[in-house]
Amino acid sequence: MYRYTPTDQRLVDQRASQFSDQMARHARGELAADELRPLRLQNGLYIQRHGPMLRIAIPYGALAATQLRKLADITRRYDRGYGHFTTRQNLQLNWPKFEETPRILGELAGVQMHAIQTSGNCIRNVTTDHFAGVAPDELSDPRPYCEILRQWSTLHPEFAFLPRKFKIAVNAATTDRVLIRAHDIGLQLVRDDAGAFGPAGDYGLRVFVGGGLGRTPILGQLLQEFLPRRHLLSFLDAVLRVYNRHGRRDNLYKARIKILVQSLGVDEFRRQVEAEWALYRDGPLTLTDAEFARMEAQFAPPAYRPAETSAVSGEAAAPATTAGNAETEERAEFVRWQERCVHPHKVAGYAAVTLSLKKTGVAPGDISAEQMDLVADLAEQYSFGELRVSHEQNLVLADVHHSDLYALWQRARAAGLATANTGLITDIICCPGGDLCSLANARSVPVAQAIQLRFADPQRLHALGEVSLNVSGCMNSCSHHPVADIGVLGVDKNGEEWYQITLGGRTGHDAAIGSVIGPAFRADEVPDIVDTLIAVHQENAVGGERFADTLARLGAAPYRERAYAGRGRHPRQERNTADDADHS
Amino acid sequence: MTRIIRNARIEEDHWTRIDAATEAMPDTPSLPSGPILVPLALWQAQRAALIARGTPVGVWLDAGEDAAALANDLSQLDLIAVNFPKFTDGRGYSSARTLRERYGYRGELRAIGDVLLDQLFFMHRCGFDAFAVRADTDIERALAGLHSFSDSYQGAVDTPLPHFRRGDVDNSATPTTGATA
Repeated sequence: MYRYTPTDQRLVDQRASQFSDQMARHARGELAADELRPLRLQNGLYIQRHGPMLRIAIPYGALAATQLRKLADITRRYDRGYGHFTTRQNLQLNWPKFEETPRILGELAGVQMHAIQTSGNCIRNVTTDHFAGVAPDELSDPRPYCEILRQWSTLHPEFAFLPRKFKIAVNAATTDRVLIRAHDIGLQLVRDDAGAFGPAGDYGLRVFVGGGLGRTPILGQLLQEFLPRRHLLSFLDAVLRVYNRHGRRDNLYKARIKILVQSLGVDEFRRQVEAEWALYRDGPLTLTDAEFARMEAQFAPPAYRPAETSAVSGEAAAPATTAGNAETEERAEFVRWQERCVHPHKVAGYAAVTLSLKKTGVAPGDISAEQMDLVADLAEQYSFGELRVSHEQNLVLADVHHSDLYALWQRARAAGLATANTGLITDIICCPGGDLCSLANARSVPVAQAIQLRFADPQRLHALGEVSLNVSGCMNSCSHHPVADIGVLGVDKNGEEWYQITLGGRTGHDAAIGSVIGPAFRADEVPDIVDTLIAVHQENAVGGERFADTLARLGAAPYRERAYAGRGRHPRQERNTADDADHS
Repeated sequence: MTRIIRNARIEEDHWTRIDAATEAMPDTPSLPSGPILVPLALWQAQRAALIARGTPVGVWLDAGEDAAALANDLSQLDLIAVNFPKFTDGRGYSSARTLRERYGYRGELRAIGDVLLDQLFFMHRCGFDAFAVRADTDIERALAGLHSFSDSYQGAVDTPLPHFRRGDVDNSATPTTGATA
């Protein structure tokens, strides 16, 4: 993974000092709360429902074991011994003390970490594929591009006060695992094999602009079919300058670049960007081969064991001798875990492994300090000391040898990190919701847990196959519910929590925004509705068809009709106040 | 007399700023004597008369006004200022770069309005060389804001080369990393 140069380290150290000084000036009354606010947000410090929240940057989801151990240490000494991984691959601390946050940032700098631009109206943490560098369907490792973008965006002097936040995602695999078209800028790495845009074999980026979920879900539009990679920074500077000058600042809800692109039309937007870019193209911002080589060297593959000649290439073979002696149920559990949590790897003999943070009873994405320590140990023992955070709020050990899978599974299982549900309906992507977030209109975690409980039977869960179900507590859509097969959105109706259901969202290159099926439901109805939708699927699925495919074939009507059958128009019912206490 | 930061020093300011006309545009003869900093609309309406005064004249652009409006006037102007109505309105950063990089303006470029310590580093990188910090700001302390960071990654006005093209930068990885690979 990327290791800091002296320059990188100085910048992060100076940023921590700057923040410390800003907080001290605020404490002395020299910096008003309104003036501190944008500054602290750009250091990840929010004021939430119950107090401060600190969002720590995990650039493109990459973590070293020692960094994770430091995070565990920080959660113990400055928080309540746990953290929450977000859909943007960051880590949130829910209970830090306001005045201690400069010390936390100082400690983070000591392990090459920070909270720079994890919030605020600026360029946010760049996200990428959690299988970057190991995915068999990958054109090239996206992480060098991500690090180039991290450096370009960090303390960019011109774009610290944009109209609104700005999110960039990079994908380099055939499968889009990063929601490219749900970002302000989505970059797909491509290679010009035919020489259509220049020398054959050159790498470039397919650039999408103006995607975003939130209040107005819109998929990104194609801005450049092939941007030669050397132009990446000059081109992005031009995009950001057009946005910075012309994005709306009069209305918070219309300030994202997607609104500008929609109002100009993508062709006019492109014309303005290209007019701006013309001055800078081929100028000093042009990336050099030496810079790409420097970055690629930082992400060189680890020292993999040579493949054994007898091993079947690419097969995640179960260690039959060990598991065969185990109890039958344990054996079945290990097989289910392998099916769901062990993923193909480009190197024979290796696999990527998901450590699920979606155990029923635990808020999705939450992890205790003890679990962090254990994952750090597992990463060091089995995966070259590194791990990744996925945007689905799980952890990934990317380089596990097949012969270590059983031992890894046993240790992960003992720590509650081997729930075999990756990609299944209980792998719910879920924001913190009304329990913690001051933006939320409704709670999300209790609803997610109620749905998980409906699918507690592992055989039923696995037989159902892949279904994505995401729960957001407000329109900001942090859990990306509009692109889930089943999206659940909390809405407030006169002080009561209601939940709107969307169907038919899709991620990937054929991404789609789901459609609302009708009037919202009460929280206690939601698990029944999900059950009903699943029942319609199972009655109609042909030959192991996935939920998304059955839905695409049938259309939403049969699902919708069944969901509302006999329910009328939801007689109003007072919210059960006992619900208030069920998540503390 | 007001003090401003100019070329990283605190100096007396001799310019008189004319606010944007709320009612009728002031006639040129009624303007104060000495160097005046006028809003774009006044400059556009009375350009010849303002030049004929024979005293230094500058124009200030509001955040939403386009730097292109001054592209043909740069040689006539002794000062261009860009107004920050609120420090969170970042349009002026792009205006500054456009004036410097696209139109090649080399004269004094001054940030006015809600100009605070914590933005000076970025403003300077984008081409501002003078800062009329907000009246309630301690200007001596604000001066330190120009030096919040010793390094930068991006190419900008103050340092056109991005860090990966600067020969003096040590890009070797430090051994203190958490990574074991």
